[in-house]
Amino acid sequence: MRVEATAPSAEGAGAAAPPAIMLRGVNKHFGPVHANSDISLEVAAGTIHGIIGENGAGKSTLMSILYGFYRADSGEIRVFGEPLRLDSTADAIGAGIGMVFQHFMLVDPFTVLENVVLGAEGGPLLGPGLAAARRELQRLEADFGLEVDLDAVVGELPVGVQQRVEILKALYRGARVLILDEPTGVLTPQETERLFRVFRALRDQGVTIVLITHKLREIMAVTEAVSVMRHGKMVAHLKTAETSLEELAELMVGRKVLLRVEKNAAEPGSTVLEVENLSLVDERGVTRVDGVSLSVRAGEIVGIAGVAGNGQSELLAALAGILPIQRGRIAVCGGEVTPEHPRDAREMREFGLAHVPEDRLRMGLVGSFEARESSILGYHRDPAFNGPILTHPSEILADCRKKMSAYDVRPQDPVLLTANFSGGNQQKIVLAREMERHPDLLLVGQPTRGVDIGAVEFIHKSLIAMRDAGCAVLLVSVELDEIRSLSDRILVMFEGRIVGEVAGAEATERTLGLMMAGVVPEDAGVRAPA
Amino acid sequence: MEEAFLLSVLTLDATLRVATPLVLASLAGLFAERSGIVDIGLEGKMLGSAFAAAAVAAVSGSAWLGLVAGIGVSIALALLHGFACITHRGNHVVSGVAINILTAGLTVMVGIAWFSRGGQTPALPDGARFTAIVWPGAQALAGIPVFGTLYKELLSGHNILVYVAFLAVPLTWWVVYRTRFGLRLRAVGEHPEAVDSAGISVAGLRYRAMICCGVLCGIAGAYLSTAQNAGFGRDMTAGQGYIALAALIFGKWRPVPAMLACLLFGFLDAIAARLQGVELPMIGAIPVQFIQALPYVLTVVLLAGFIGKAVAPRAIGEPYVKER
Amino acid sequence: MNEGPARPPRWVGMVLIPLVNLTLALAIAGLIILSIGENPLTALRFLLFGAFGYIEGLGYTLYYTTNFVFTGLAVAVAFRAKLFNIGGEGQAYIGGLGVGLVALAFDDTLPLVLMVPLAIAAAAAFGAAWAYIPAYLQARRGSHIVITTIMFNFIAAALMVYLLVNVLIKPGQMSPESREFAPSAWLPFMHEALGWFGIAMARSPLNLSFLWALVCCVLVWAFIWHTRWGYEIRTVGGNEAAAVYAGIRPTRVIILAMCVSGALAGFVGVNEILGVHHRLLLNFTAGYGFTGIAVALMGRNHPVGILLASLLFGALYQGGAELAFEIPAITRDLVVVIQGLVILFSGALEYMFRPQLERLFTRRGAALPVEG
Repeated sequence: MRVEATAPSAEGAGAAAPPAIMLRGVNKHFGPVHANSDISLEVAAGTIHGIIGENGAGKSTLMSILYGFYRADSGEIRVFGEPLRLDSTADAIGAGIGMVFQHFMLVDPFTVLENVVLGAEGGPLLGPGLAAARRELQRLEADFGLEVDLDAVVGELPVGVQQRVEILKALYRGARVLILDEPTGVLTPQETERLFRVFRALRDQGVTIVLITHKLREIMAVTEAVSVMRHGKMVAHLKTAETSLEELAELMVGRKVLLRVEKNAAEPGSTVLEVENLSLVDERGVTRVDGVSLSVRAGEIVGIAGVAGNGQSELLAALAGILPIQRGRIAVCGGEVTPEHPRDAREMREFGLAHVPEDRLRMGLVGSFEARESSILGYHRDPAFNGPILTHPSEILADCRKKMSAYDVRPQDPVLLTANFSGGNQQKIVLAREMERHPDLLLVGQPTRGVDIGAVEFIHKSLIAMRDAGCAVLLVSVELDEIRSLSDRILVMFEGRIVGEVAGAEATERTLGLMMAGVVPEDAGVRAPA
Repeated sequence: MEEAFLLSVLTLDATLRVATPLVLASLAGLFAERSGIVDIGLEGKMLGSAFAAAAVAAVSGSAWLGLVAGIGVSIALALLHGFACITHRGNHVVSGVAINILTAGLTVMVGIAWFSRGGQTPALPDGARFTAIVWPGAQALAGIPVFGTLYKELLSGHNILVYVAFLAVPLTWWVVYRTRFGLRLRAVGEHPEAVDSAGISVAGLRYRAMICCGVLCGIAGAYLSTAQNAGFGRDMTAGQGYIALAALIFGKWRPVPAMLACLLFGFLDAIAARLQGVELPMIGAIPVQFIQALPYVLTVVLLAGFIGKAVAPRAIGEPYVKER
Repeated sequence: MNEGPARPPRWVGMVLIPLVNLTLALAIAGLIILSIGENPLTALRFLLFGAFGYIEGLGYTLYYTTNFVFTGLAVAVAFRAKLFNIGGEGQAYIGGLGVGLVALAFDDTLPLVLMVPLAIAAAAAFGAAWAYIPAYLQARRGSHIVITTIMFNFIAAALMVYLLVNVLIKPGQMSPESREFAPSAWLPFMHEALGWFGIAMARSPLNLSFLWALVCCVLVWAFIWHTRWGYEIRTVGGNEAAAVYAGIRPTRVIILAMCVSGALAGFVGVNEILGVHHRLLLNFTAGYGFTGIAVALMGRNHPVGILLASLLFGALYQGGAELAFEIPAITRDLVVVIQGLVILFSGALEYMFRPQLERLFTRRGAALPVEG
């Protein structure tokens, strides 16, 4: 299982070979935001090159420029020594660049074969092109260990296989440089390992791979060289063998990271949330949560770890009254939910529950609302804000001002549109709204996703403070570090089930990683679920 | 017995005639909607084309020139819709409504300025219309029971645009499912980013789909004013564009089921004409208005029930924005 | 996230852009007039004089304005919940039926002070009921409301013809109309009402429902921005997932918004049936429901904007009639054309000039989103 950093293999190629990709002075603005500022980069041919940076550091923008998706405002781009003007993705494809996006560019109702040939059909009629493509793809599959059923409907395939389709798509177009944007976000460690094997096979046959990620471990495991981005700038180019996790982390964040949050031991009180044998089936009939039982007590933080897409989101939504449950029972501070007696989010809040949703802009806020309006979402029926018919605008405004100053939301402008705040400040608006009412139970999903580092510390400290004030906190996050540093107990979800529980202090990355892949190790203090 | 058979054949024959513009407009809508553009403006495009076809046919004396003019106007309106929805990311429904209202006013205004007949075009002589084509041997074979009647009444004796409409169905099917353009068309309505990342222009593809839509709507409009009728009259589409759209949804955005839905609505219309004032046993006379409203009621009922699971192209109505 | 990071002043979106769009629509209408060989400036002069030049004309203008306020507000309320109610025409028609039925039943028994609120209630109830079915089908069955409301316009038309031809027709009469209501049930004309105070005004169809239209503007404003129900409607319209997260049930909100919308459209019946015609008749809605779409888009779905846009369209309708009288080559269809152009420019093409205009007036240094 041990993953080794591989030594560069291009020694035979000689120094004369031009770099696969060379960027010089590339700039890109989105309105007043300088997303890429004076970027220079060299990627040697036939290597695996990592680009690392936090969310929002400008990595995805840079790669979209390289793929002709966005046009750079200025700068020079050379591919295998040839200067290129990338006006469209077609130009990039023509130059031998292939891209695997974070969100797959696949048409769900199409077959694998149809998806692969889209844009490279080989003639105005489909028949002959499809037949030729089938032969070529069978060869590629065998060469690189990318087995996929060409006639399967893509929407019905697991994400790991969909990703292989994306790679096949790029190779079918003759890609000599393959760019992958956060490819492992949706994969289990085992699938990730398999993907890395594919990378090495590709590299050995001369394909250059650019891996974009914010996961340091992956950089160390598979790349030969790494470039670090921060706030839209390139801050370092390093050989992987000559650097360390700690150095990369520091370069990426720009200062020493506070890896552990200061906190005292939990003093759990009475049980606030009790979930028994909960199951949830989505509208397509797929079981998302399968017989989950758990409890959360006052004054403790229970973390739920797992690879994204293993039912954590659905569990959280069911507890918040957003999704109906098919089996089991939820008891929250005196209130009860069963399939026969479903409750909506308003009723759940009345029991004393608050909810910081995973995706604030999709769910937690209304972008077109003024901040004061977003700051009462879910509590807009509170008698404090309402008369018999009309609302009380001055109370709402005063309440919003108070929350904004308590949580240091900037700018402190209650009538600014919600969409005009930065991600961190939007998240603070949500946190202020949900925490300021001192709920008995706080559900938190991905509290620091897309949030700048300063706000992360603030958010983590707020959650600990809530716990210390006697609130029961259920935390869902795909960031293992976050789960480990905040949780008093950690539950691991895999394929809709809770596969094990670890005390927060005892959890090692390795134990959690195995459990997230569905393997429950014998050692390391794992308690089987009740 | 013989008479009942003939009556049903004649009803089916009328069904074909009524369903023709619906089939054409439905297929037009299919191209637009499969590419991700909601097209509520089928009505307006048909109306604009019906006017242009009748006006040009009246002036030139040629039904074919009329058809070309009708198609031209319809394509122009389709491109206007595309300009609003594709280039300027406007609301598709709003744009469609605008086109419908605009053509309702413009056809009459221009008609009055041109012909001074209160918005109507002059009645077209047979030479300036698409008239019935009698198939070889229709009279001779008419004597053969069943087949002869079917051949003479149902297959033979329609104008060329009727045949065009029903040949357009398999042609559309072939284009959508068997060509490169069709593959891309289906992809762009589902996942435009995927099409863009494959190096294909989303806007270019959608504009081409709108041109296909314009051509078919243009034929439908020309059929109304130069084949089915002999001239243009104020608001002569009378909601057929909306019915065609309903039929498209009904057929789940597929060519053959959409055609079947059009035939169903056409059949209702044909049967309504026959039931008018007829005393039915047990029920008595059915009010005319009830029969007239039946296609609309039926559409609502079917929309509510049977096709609750009809899945629209995923990206329909969503403007495609690449950069923020 | 259509909101750019730096903000242009609000008046750009609220005043300047609608004016630019209107100017464009009128300019193109002018070109059309030119192309049929008439002088657009002469036409404009006739139009303005017809609409505002004398008291009777002004009365007609405000009478049309009344209808457009009702249908414009109807479209706007539904828009706030992100619903496109194309069924204003049918809802107005059926609302008028409600008014007519109440008047026919009680015109010789009820005094006017009771008749008016009852008629208003009936218009609201009938209009809301006609909107309820498409709303229910959208909320519970997912049937697309644009299609169903269109169908309901056609069904309403067929129903009204049936009722007037077969049921409500005055016996011994050919034209499909009900009997005239007793004069005690007529909503007073404005010239009559002003006459009570000794103010003389030329006769026109303008009646007291104009005042009700103004009241409705205020009520809708308060309802949308200053009640929890309005808040819920705007939440569902702004972000449906957030609404569910907040414990708002979109199905209920959709039905509420559509019923309010239908009720507002139904008030056209009060103006037309109780205020002007004093009998039930065919086609009294005359496309006012569709004009409501243009009014709402032009007025940016805000009661103040809708009032102004209604006045504009009222002037176009009345001035257009005057124009058709003066220049026979130009008919009232010109107004329909302008209406289509307004919907095109302020609705479908609303983003065409917006970025440029907003950039021109944008203040620098407002909050910037940080995410790349």
